[in-house]
Amino acid sequence: MPIHEKSLIRPENLVTHEHLEIEGVDVSGHWSTFINTRAVSDYNEQMQEEIAALPGGEYIHRCWQCGSCTNACTVNAINPDFNPRYWIYLIRMGYESELLRDKDIIWQCVSCNKCTYACPRDVFPEGVMKATAHWLELKGHTEKKPSMVFDETFSEQVFATGKIEDGRVLREFFARTKQSLFQDWLIAMVRSLLMRLPVTLMMKLGLATVFHPRTRGWSKAQAAIDEYVHEREAAARKALRLDVQGAE
Amino acid sequence: MSGKYKDVAYYPGCALEGTGHAYNRSTKEVGKALGLKITELKNWNCCGAMEVKNVDPKLQTYLSARNLSIAEEMGYKTVMAPCNGCYHNLKKAEYDLAHDQNSREVTDRLSRKAGHKTYEAGKVETIHALDWIKEEIGEEGLKARVKNSLNGLKIANYYGCMYTRPRHIFPEKDQGPGSESTSKPHFMDDLLAAAGAENVDYPLKTACCGGAHTLSDSDTSTKLVLNLLTTAEACGADVIATECPTCHTGLEMHQARAEKVFGRKTKVKILYFTQLLGMALGLSARKVGVQENFSDSMDLLRERGLY
Ligand code: SF4
Ligand code: SF4
Repeated sequence: MPIHEKSLIRPENLVTHEHLEIEGVDVSGHWSTFINTRAVSDYNEQMQEEIAALPGGEYIHRCWQCGSCTNACTVNAINPDFNPRYWIYLIRMGYESELLRDKDIIWQCVSCNKCTYACPRDVFPEGVMKATAHWLELKGHTEKKPSMVFDETFSEQVFATGKIEDGRVLREFFARTKQSLFQDWLIAMVRSLLMRLPVTLMMKLGLATVFHPRTRGWSKAQAAIDEYVHEREAAARKALRLDVQGAE
Repeated sequence: MSGKYKDVAYYPGCALEGTGHAYNRSTKEVGKALGLKITELKNWNCCGAMEVKNVDPKLQTYLSARNLSIAEEMGYKTVMAPCNGCYHNLKKAEYDLAHDQNSREVTDRLSRKAGHKTYEAGKVETIHALDWIKEEIGEEGLKARVKNSLNGLKIANYYGCMYTRPRHIFPEKDQGPGSESTSKPHFMDDLLAAAGAENVDYPLKTACCGGAHTLSDSDTSTKLVLNLLTTAEACGADVIATECPTCHTGLEMHQARAEKVFGRKTKVKILYFTQLLGMALGLSARKVGVQENFSDSMDLLRERGLY
């Protein structure tokens, strides 16, 4: 297994002069390479506390930066910029502006829990990824990411009826993210299936989309869950020093 | 054969009533063929899958606690869940309720307000459909019942994420010989080998299919699935055996998507392990819902005399 390290030198900070002579010595090209100073002055000292206040972020303080999470990470294998170890470092140091450089990929964590499995300090990095994605959204740094729209579409259905119907989640998700339901690959898949399915089963599946499955007597559970969700939302906003209405 | 799991409560979950209905059907048929009784949890609710925990993990704990309390009330000591997501969430709730005071408080409070009995850790054991057959019937028992051997069908066994990770919620795993392993799970391999399959050495048994973002980040999922499919083919597998409806549907969907969107065609077939076991036990392909899969394996099965 390779060690996944992160260079703190950014390509745009490497400066070389194609033609340069200093005191009669030709230092053209890489001989003149120097690195622009990188100074961070805008520490957010609250950042770790804020993320720890969100569900999943509770144990971020335990991290000792071993890098096992990044080494095991599914998404890191596809995109080396996806680096949980590094983000935890930034959060703990309060490097907010540095974290924001990666704000549009943090939500891509697929919750495979390879990091949580590998972590020797029980940081639960998977939870930290979710808390960080929420934090970015609550702070107004990012818009709602597709996965969050999906989580909400799904959860709202569970909270309202006790059950979900996957076709309905799919349709609503595509509608909320303004995508067409008629994606080529979906059509091809459904078409090949329709050729083989018995009519009775197709009718049954069709009916499930008309009569939504639900858990009987769920309304009291729904009310209890809704109350809890609102409480938690208010607590999160308070921890992040946002007012309850949503404006900063 | 222990007798412990001869009569258990059954939690199918939402996916098995929707896209995973072939898994539901084949699990029930296999249970019947093996003489195991399952009784569906009355008026169960969704476990929250991979989504509710992102709103708040404690709500997910409550959702599973409600299901466990139903099993308890029905007088069952064991609940069997074939879906990795359901299985994982029930296990996670069990762990959190035993170890985290705050989770207990939230569950007690929500249960009270919802008007049902709360659930206390330790009352009901959660098992996967794999544990159910492996512990109750075992390889020898299965061998004795095979009517139509899988006859060397080459299978890559794919377990996904939720069956083994994170390890702390599965205290019965990694307990030495006979127990399941979280790094190299083998229960499905064992059962399919007993049914006559030839398991290939598949290195991605517990890799991720991107199921959590199968629709919201489709390109990532397609890449992950394509890797699973091409590796299975490189290992010589004809079939990928699955034990989770989310993985199964993810593999099927992104196999189609990889072909349409990335122009990468793969021909390995995808079947639930219960469908494979069912056919080995002499049930027809139709009976275990093979025609309901998106992945069309009919020709392969016909060729192997299984259809
Ligand atoms: S859970 Fe997320 S951060 Fe952790 S290994 Fe998987 S993709 Fe990476
Ligand atoms: S594995 Fe755990 S301790 Fe190591 S860097 Fe990741 S979060 Fe920190």
